[in-house]
Amino acid sequence: MRFKLESALPFGLLFPSVAFLALLILAPIGQAFLLAFQTETGEFALAAFQRMASDTAFNEAVRNTFLLLLTIVPLQIVLALAMALLIHARLRGQTLFLYVFAIPMAISDLAAGLVWLSIFTERGYLNSILQSLGWIQQPLLLLSYQNPQGIFAAVVVAESWRATAIVMVILVAGLQMIPRDFFEAAELFGAGTLKRTWYVVLPLLRPSLQTALIIRTLFAFQTFAVVFALAGRTLPVLAGEAYTWYYSNRNPAVAAAMAFLILLLSLLATVVYLRVLQVREEERAR
Amino acid sequence: MKLPTRFSPRTAWSRGLLYGTAMLFALWVLTPLYLIVLAAFSRRQAIYEYPKSLLPFNLSADTMTFFVTSTGVWSSVNHSVIVACATIVLGLLLGAPAGYALARFQFRGRDLFQIALLVTKMFPVAILSIPLAVSFIQWGLYDTLFGVVLIHTAMALPFVVLVTRSVFFGVPQELEEAAMTLGCTRLQAFWRVALPLALPGLAAAAIFTFMISWNEVFAATILTVQNRTLPAQVLTQLNDSPIYYRYAGGFFMIAPALVFIFIIRRYLLNLWGAQ
Repeated sequence: MRFKLESALPFGLLFPSVAFLALLILAPIGQAFLLAFQTETGEFALAAFQRMASDTAFNEAVRNTFLLLLTIVPLQIVLALAMALLIHARLRGQTLFLYVFAIPMAISDLAAGLVWLSIFTERGYLNSILQSLGWIQQPLLLLSYQNPQGIFAAVVVAESWRATAIVMVILVAGLQMIPRDFFEAAELFGAGTLKRTWYVVLPLLRPSLQTALIIRTLFAFQTFAVVFALAGRTLPVLAGEAYTWYYSNRNPAVAAAMAFLILLLSLLATVVYLRVLQVREEERAR
Repeated sequence: MKLPTRFSPRTAWSRGLLYGTAMLFALWVLTPLYLIVLAAFSRRQAIYEYPKSLLPFNLSADTMTFFVTSTGVWSSVNHSVIVACATIVLGLLLGAPAGYALARFQFRGRDLFQIALLVTKMFPVAILSIPLAVSFIQWGLYDTLFGVVLIHTAMALPFVVLVTRSVFFGVPQELEEAAMTLGCTRLQAFWRVALPLALPGLAAAAIFTFMISWNEVFAATILTVQNRTLPAQVLTQLNDSPIYYRYAGGFFMIAPALVFIFIIRRYLLNLWGAQ
């Protein structure tokens, strides 16, 4: 009896979290499916998806989401890699640098949008600086609805500022798992910094890069508050449209269809990264 | 003691370059933070001045006072704190036992559970608030703080389990076993020996949970109407509020997070780095 109780113990300890996550994640996925595909009479149809796709903002939202993704993610990987390598170089005060670089992790996308609003808005700090330097005669209208490129650039800057930190932390953790001997050996054979980064660091960092890419891409599909804060609905994005369908248009079915689409894209992106950046099991540190 | 002579001018130069780059990155992170503090602590009228001064000579609590006394703001701050604290309690109650089990036992399905954790850690949980809202209306949980607590707990749970796992890894199992040979039951050994040693790590998990909940915008906005959390309140007021309200709101949301991330900076690598 006693023995049985002991062997059941780990499952008992695990049960609450498993049950909770199943209820709060699997059940809503099923619910999203029903909402998106079922009509009011209970039949299965694609009406919600057709309604979603026929909306004028939809194509734009898809395009913007992917353009933002393709611009921001590579930029973040490069910036984060530079930051992580700096931390790894064991400068004096590296813990302070790590803290400073990691600060944006604690900032929500809404707050980040508002921070950059104070900089990019018509009478904001950027225009103030440029005017004081005499580089412009009158304020630039960076966030005007007539200037979609300006808004796009502002979102790219704000998102790179906020969300590079998380990639950096993942890469620093990955670098720490690479034995120091590897770097020293490469140095001994005369490899310069660039060569060492390219031939030694990057291949060994592949598991961390994979994690970082998946997390960042999945987050990019959910981006919306930073865009709302800077430009309202002038620059439609997928998650923002899902929010608008639910909140302003009061249409849960189309909103659920968009949620379903975002889930599908997330799944797809994860599979692509897992296949393209194959990581063998023994490379994955436990 | 003198350093060995490997210290050549060339390495000195490259170290300088490294420091310079690190400083540049630090400026890139800190300058916008300085500017939002400046914006949030200017007089309301100063928002319209142009070109603005970048020096902090005209600070005032005027804008912040206006923000905090605006309709709905203070109650939304209270809601945010209540939701975040309840998320911590629920998250630790559900997650810490699982973390302990992963740290102490080998059992069938252990690897499967850890993979499931990684998947949920990355999973776009916030998006699920749309179907959840429909269920919550049926269950009577829509527009309640408890409903928001539930989805925030789902977001934080994988992190809580991963952190508590590494925390309990760090508490030697031998100590618990010794306590048990001295007559403690397993529960007593956990309560009197393992738990006190694990407290700092559990506190870090709690703070990280607070940050997840405090910062969460999408689900909190979808799932509430009256009982808004602070981010939900600010987001839904964006188009109807003066610009200084938004600056003050931005600063108010950032301020606690800065303190918290400083406290848990040692655990950051564990939270996101663990594969």
